[in-house]
Amino acid sequence: MATLNDDYLQYPERSYGMDHDRYEWSMLQDRKAVQWPDGKKVALWVNVGLQFFPLNQKGIPFKVPGGMTKPYPDLRHYSLRDYGNRVGIYRFLKAFDTYNITPTFAMNTRLAERIPYLVNTIKERGDEIMCHGWDMDKLHYGGQDVSEEKELIKKSLETLRKLTGQDITGWISPAKNESENTPDLLSENGINYFCDWVNDDMPYDFKTKNGALTAMPLPTELDDYFIINNNLHSSEDWADQIEDAFEFLLKESNTGGGRILALNIHPWVLGQPHRIQYLERVLEKLGGHPDVWSTSATSIVNVWKSQK
Amino acid sequence: MKEDPGYYDYWPYENRPKIEWPNGAKVAFWVAPNIEFYELNPPDNPFRKPWPQPCPALPGYTSRDWGNRVGHVRQMELLEKYGIRGSISLSTALCDHHPEIIKMSKERDWEFFSHGIYNTRYTYGMTEAQERKMIKDSIETIYKHTGQKCAGYLAPALSHSENTLDLFAEVGTELFGNEAGIYSCDLFHDDQPTPIHLRSGKKFASIPYSLEMNDTIAYLVQKITPRRYGKELKDNFDRLYAEGAQSGTIMCIPTHNYQVSNAHRIKAYEEALEYITGHSDVWVTTGKEIAQYFLDNYYDDSLADIETKNKKYGNA
Repeated sequence: MATLNDDYLQYPERSYGMDHDRYEWSMLQDRKAVQWPDGKKVALWVNVGLQFFPLNQKGIPFKVPGGMTKPYPDLRHYSLRDYGNRVGIYRFLKAFDTYNITPTFAMNTRLAERIPYLVNTIKERGDEIMCHGWDMDKLHYGGQDVSEEKELIKKSLETLRKLTGQDITGWISPAKNESENTPDLLSENGINYFCDWVNDDMPYDFKTKNGALTAMPLPTELDDYFIINNNLHSSEDWADQIEDAFEFLLKESNTGGGRILALNIHPWVLGQPHRIQYLERVLEKLGGHPDVWSTSATSIVNVWKSQK
Repeated sequence: MKEDPGYYDYWPYENRPKIEWPNGAKVAFWVAPNIEFYELNPPDNPFRKPWPQPCPALPGYTSRDWGNRVGHVRQMELLEKYGIRGSISLSTALCDHHPEIIKMSKERDWEFFSHGIYNTRYTYGMTEAQERKMIKDSIETIYKHTGQKCAGYLAPALSHSENTLDLFAEVGTELFGNEAGIYSCDLFHDDQPTPIHLRSGKKFASIPYSLEMNDTIAYLVQKITPRRYGKELKDNFDRLYAEGAQSGTIMCIPTHNYQVSNAHRIKAYEEALEYITGHSDVWVTTGKEIAQYFLDNYYDDSLADIETKNKKYGNA
C-alpha cells in the first residue's frame, strides 16, 4: 500500500481566515444590512444563460456540465441546447414582459457572433448583457497557460462589446470554473463583477492584482439545469424550491436587511413547452410582489457598493 | 485486508435487553452538524482526489465556504429555536480559521467531536503513526479551543484505516482517560448503540449516525427534493418512535451547513424538527450523552445478550 509523505500532515494555511488571500473571512450576519431602493426587501436577479455548446467539443480539462456526452456528432445534445436559442428564449422574453421582470443575459460571445438576430433583439430591449466566456467548451481552469487564458478573455470581451455596444462589466465563466489567474485577468479587462464564487448570499469584495472585483451571489443550487437536469427534479419541484427560497429570504430580510434571490435559468431547460408554465408561475408571483425589486445585476452591484 | 472489520458481532434486532432512555423517552434524538473546512489547494492523496476539477475547483470549494459564511448561523438559530444542542462533527482546523463559529457554538453548550483536521485530508495511505498523530492533533485542538474532552469520532470525509477506531480510543485514553474517545459515528450497521471490540479492551460504543438521513447523501447522492427530505425525516422518526416503545432507539440527523441551510431547503428541515421535538417522550440530546448513558447502563447487558444469541445456534 502506498504511503504518504509526512508533509501530508503539515498545514501551512492553518491560521485565521481563509486558506488563500482573495477575500476576507466574514459571516453574513456580521455585515452591515443593505437597504434596497423604495424599501424593497428582496432583489430579484433573473439571469438568463445564453449558451453555445459546440458540436466538436474538446472537453479540456473536463466536459462542461450540459455539454456533449455522446460520440461525435452528438446531434441530440447539440440541437437540444440550440432549441433554447431558437424557441425557448422567445417564450422567456414574453414571460418577462408579461410579469414586469428585468432580466440580465449572460451570453457566450461566440453565440452573439453566430446569431446577430438574437444579440440585437436583446440589445434593442436595453437589457444588461454580461459575458459568459467564449463558448461552453472554452473552459478556464487551474494550470491553464496564462497567455492562452489572457487572450481568451480579451477576445471574449472585446468581441462582445463590439457586438452589443454595451460596456460589458459582468462575467460568468463557463461551468463557473476558473484558473488561479482568472480574477486578475478579468479585472485587467474592465470587468467589475463576476459570478463564479457561490460562497455567499450577498455581494462582497474580491481582491485581484488590479483592484477589487465584486463577487456576486448566483447560487448553482437554484439553477434550473442543476435542479432539473442534475438532480432530476420536475419543473414543478423547481418552482416549489424557488418559492420556498423566496419566502425564507423575505423573512430573513426583516432582521438581516435586503436579500437577493438570484435565478440562473436557461432557455433550453425551462423554455420547453411543458416547463415554461412553472417559470411563469414563479415570475407571476415574484413580479407582482410588493417587496420584490426586479432589477439587473449591475443595479444590485451599484446599490450595494453605494452602501458599503 | 480483512473480510470483516471485526468491530462488532452479529446481534439480531429482536428480543434485545430493553433500553430505557432518561424520563422514559422512546427515542434519543440528536443532530450532528458537520462543520467542515475544505482546502482550496489540498495536497494530493494517491487514493482519492479531493476535487473533480483541477484546483482551484470552485464549484465544490465555494459551496462549502457558503456553509460557513451564511449557512452556519441559519442552522444554529433553527436548532436553538427547537431546544436542540448540536453535536458538531468538526474539521478541527476550523478552530484556527473560523473561531467565531466555535465561540458561538460553545456558548450554546454544543458538543464538539473530531472529524479530522480538514475534510480534504484523507486517512488513506497514512501509517499508523501518522494517523495517530492526526487524531491526537484533532483532540488536542478541540480541547484547546473549547475545553471539551473529545468523546466521538467521525473520520475525515469518512476515510478510514483498519486501525481508525482503535487509534481514536487509545489517543483519547492517553490524553484524558475514559472521558475521551468513547464513541464512533463511522459504522452504520444498527439503530441502537453497539459495543465495539477494540484491541485495548476499552469500553467503547458505536452510536448510530444515520447516513440515510444525512443531508449530503439525500441531496448530493440521492438528489431528492427538500420537501421529500423533510418527509423522509418524519417517516424515519415515526418508525423509530414506534419501535422505541419496545426498546429505546436513536435517531440522528447529520447535517451540513452548505446543504440544509439553503434558503430553499431550510423550511422542510424546520418542519421535521418541529414535528420531532413536538413529541414529549423524545430525549433531545447529544452524541456524547447517548454514548455515556449506554456505556454506564447497557454496555454489559448488551455484551451478555450478544453472547447468548450467538451461542443459541452455535458460533459460526
